[in-house]
Amino acid sequence: MSRLRVATTWLDGCSGCHMSFLDIDEKLIELSERIELVYSPLVDQKIIPENIDLALIEGAVSSESDREEALTLRARSKVLVSFGDCAVTANVPGMRNQFKVQDVLSRAYIENSTSGNVLPSVFVPKLIEYARPVHEYVTVDLFLPGCPPPADVILSTLNELLEGRFPIPIGKTRFGA
Amino acid sequence: MRYPAFLQRIADRADVQPARVLTFSINGQDVSAREDETILAVARENGIPIPTLCHLDGLSERGACRLCIVEIKGSPKLSPACVTLPRQDMEVITNSDRVLDYRRKILELLFTERNHVCSVCVSNGHCDLQALTIELGMTHVHYDYLHSQHTVDASHERFSVDHNRCVLCQRCVRVCDEIEGAHTWDVMGRGHLSKVITDLNQPWGESTTCTGCGKCVQVCPTGALSEKGKSVAEMTKKRQFLPYLKLMRGEEQK
Repeated sequence: MSRLRVATTWLDGCSGCHMSFLDIDEKLIELSERIELVYSPLVDQKIIPENIDLALIEGAVSSESDREEALTLRARSKVLVSFGDCAVTANVPGMRNQFKVQDVLSRAYIENSTSGNVLPSVFVPKLIEYARPVHEYVTVDLFLPGCPPPADVILSTLNELLEGRFPIPIGKTRFGA
Repeated sequence: MRYPAFLQRIADRADVQPARVLTFSINGQDVSAREDETILAVARENGIPIPTLCHLDGLSERGACRLCIVEIKGSPKLSPACVTLPRQDMEVITNSDRVLDYRRKILELLFTERNHVCSVCVSNGHCDLQALTIELGMTHVHYDYLHSQHTVDASHERFSVDHNRCVLCQRCVRVCDEIEGAHTWDVMGRGHLSKVITDLNQPWGESTTCTGCGKCVQVCPTGALSEKGKSVAEMTKKRQFLPYLKLMRGEEQK
């Protein structure tokens, strides 16, 4: 049986959803027999491959690089899951949205900095005006709220998707879970 | 209408002024009601669920949140069950696809208006708004967020108000007026820019009418009003006092 090609990514978020994914512990071994992780912060693959069966996006879309990543993953994936509260609602990264980008950067890199007073200009992706949920940029097939979604819900959702079903996670996880 | 006390005693006697009883149907089920009962009250008596947010047993109805909308046969518009009285032979539907769809849209719009970030909220896990997302099956918001900026007033010694979390249900306004009798809280502004205020929009800590009783904090459905010193998910609201105080006040006024 060919394994399902799964990609995961971590946009503007804390990686907690990926940690919760790892929290399925020994079930990861069973899962690894059914899925192949082709792109993820958990594997050493820098370029998004083609022909992805399932993509999980953690984090809000906050920068140009996030936006490109979401668009590319959408274009190359059959099923795309908005994974966790930041992807679904913008959550904590979205709390900067009531301020101007310039003010946010200045607060972080100048007002509260002891080491310098320079805004980053290289290597760091450029922030866009608002941190937005993933579905405001690309079509999302399944929403999995939770901060983070509980490990058992992630596992049961993946198992359902592997069987070709679309589980509705309502009641199993919630915003802020 | 209220009569002078000696006449009111007669007016209150059921044998002199019997409340009319009428029958109507909810979701095809025949129910009976006193003419002065709302559709919401009758539905609850009959175990028919209707979601609510601004409603709280023991406070007057405000019809602020519109989550309890129902269909009434023959009417093109949806009516809020909490402030609509039944009529004889009325046919009410509480669970049509149209109603469920509109309720979810209303809930989503509440989330777009302000900053409801459950994961860092004092009321995470104990919030009526958060619970409604599960009850109404809301997995995400279909609309653009407004990213509006609201303030926090922590000038009161024991409580604080975070307007970013406020849903304008006005429970605080009603409990302060109707139960505590202080009427410290009120509302200013219009539309989604409305804001609950203390006194004449003075800092809560400087309010001369606030008694510090904390009832507003306990009835608030979200993390908008909270006790100081509570961290994420620590703010549980205690509302058991309300029906009791309502009863006491009612008896005192007779």
